[in-house]
Amino acid sequence: MKKLINQTPAKSLKIFLGVLPFLLLLILYMVGSEARLEVNPNDKLLPSFTQIGAGLERMALEPSKRTGEYLFWQDTASSLTRLGLGVLIAASLGLLIGLLTGALPLFTAWLSPLLTVVSLIPPLAILPILFIVFGLGELSKVVLIAIGITPFIARDIQRRTQEIPAEQLVKAQTLGANTSQIMIRVLLPQITPKLIDAVRLSLGAGWLFLIAAEAVAATDGLGYRIFLVRRYMAMDVILPYVAWITILAFFIDVLLRELNKRLFPWHSQGGKS
Amino acid sequence: MNSIETVTTPEKPMIQVNNVWKQYGDNIVLERLNISVQEGEFVTLVGTSGCGKSTFLNMLLGTVQPSKGEILLDGEPIPSEPGSDRGIVFQQYSVFPHMTVLENVMATRGFERPGITGYLLGSAKREAKKEAEAMLEQVGLSHALNKYPHELSGGMKQRLAIAQALLGKPRILLLDEPFGALDPGIRADMHELVLNLWKEHKLTVFMVTHDLKEGFYLGTRLWVFDKLRQDPQAPHRYGAGVTYDLPVGQMDKAVYQQIDDHLRPVPELVG
Repeated sequence: MKKLINQTPAKSLKIFLGVLPFLLLLILYMVGSEARLEVNPNDKLLPSFTQIGAGLERMALEPSKRTGEYLFWQDTASSLTRLGLGVLIAASLGLLIGLLTGALPLFTAWLSPLLTVVSLIPPLAILPILFIVFGLGELSKVVLIAIGITPFIARDIQRRTQEIPAEQLVKAQTLGANTSQIMIRVLLPQITPKLIDAVRLSLGAGWLFLIAAEAVAATDGLGYRIFLVRRYMAMDVILPYVAWITILAFFIDVLLRELNKRLFPWHSQGGKS
Repeated sequence: MNSIETVTTPEKPMIQVNNVWKQYGDNIVLERLNISVQEGEFVTLVGTSGCGKSTFLNMLLGTVQPSKGEILLDGEPIPSEPGSDRGIVFQQYSVFPHMTVLENVMATRGFERPGITGYLLGSAKREAKKEAEAMLEQVGLSHALNKYPHELSGGMKQRLAIAQALLGKPRILLLDEPFGALDPGIRADMHELVLNLWKEHKLTVFMVTHDLKEGFYLGTRLWVFDKLRQDPQAPHRYGAGVTYDLPVGQMDKAVYQQIDDHLRPVPELVG
């Protein structure tokens, strides 16, 4: 018998072990749901899968009686637009700030202290300020996401830029490169895959800020819907919405990872030379 | 031990080192360095680790400034930042991992032109490609033009770094333990390559190595860096200088043995 630390699962066991928790949770839910519905057929807390299916069908496949829109898809489109815009702004700003402060010591001295302080401000605490300044429309939600994750991305990119071996910068100079050429041809291409990694890591926070902003003030969106139907304890809508958000987050992550592999083949193989 | 043999230099030297000191806080690394080098010389710098040979190379490179004294290049103070007149090959991280072999060498042409991005377009790009291919042929990398550096062996990476540096036509080539991480067989190939390129491109070469054998085999001049004075109570009190300045090819086994005993960079002895 090998020590536990040296035991690795074979492929089939690995898959089984991975799927097992999902199955257990599913069974646990089904048993619980059935037990509660048996006592009270009108129980709303743990709806059966049929009820969840009906709830989802109502939201996704039937037009809303009030507005005539397919709410599920409209919520998805609104939320993804807000998230996409916010993350795009954060990634652009973060890249710019991170690259400048990572590459140029004068910019580090100028912006690093500010960046450190700003990153300590809890973004949700300034949500009211955003609503006051930018109104209750789309802008304040996008700005919240952008403000929430820009410091993280900027600081990550700053560190990644500083991690690029100084030898490369010296080498480029001995080949005649000036500052902007070094930043654009040596640093930027090596930082881009790290930026995608940073975006992947910050998406969790991005979703958090999106749903929080939608919960407080919105007229549509995945977060808005969940908080709206909470008033009727409509778990048959909340549960599929949560599952849907999880699926979206999963596929965005996979998409970014594959993009990184495709676009930067030298990066995934970890070349530093 | 401290007998300093000087090579007589009738012409105006390319590099003139005048009373250079380098210290970090109380730690004196180099002291009273006075030496000159003619254009076209191949100087090998050996010494124990921490003896200041790399510090001196970095002063020539422009990344380290002397605490006292001055280094003159053609009579002018040497620029205090790296520039295209001095090429460099480090032991590692000398090439750009996100560019293919060909792109790495073509980048030299892009960096030479004034501009914001350093990217080449049109005829300039075609021209650079032709030159880069010729240079890569010369260092024996024609078969790997489209590979990325992480797909190359250590020796191939250093060939690439050398090709990259040489396309910039530097007057001085600085080599900082370029073959330290390579296998002995490959190292011999690299020696031949460097000697050929040195003759062909009429370079002035400075090479730091911890392999004394390399210093005896390559180049025209060998410098041994070591402390001129010792204080056992305060080892950092005194800095190192050049304790031997020998013309290569005129040394006997006894001198080699004497230096080797002192430095012990490699255990075995060559004939």
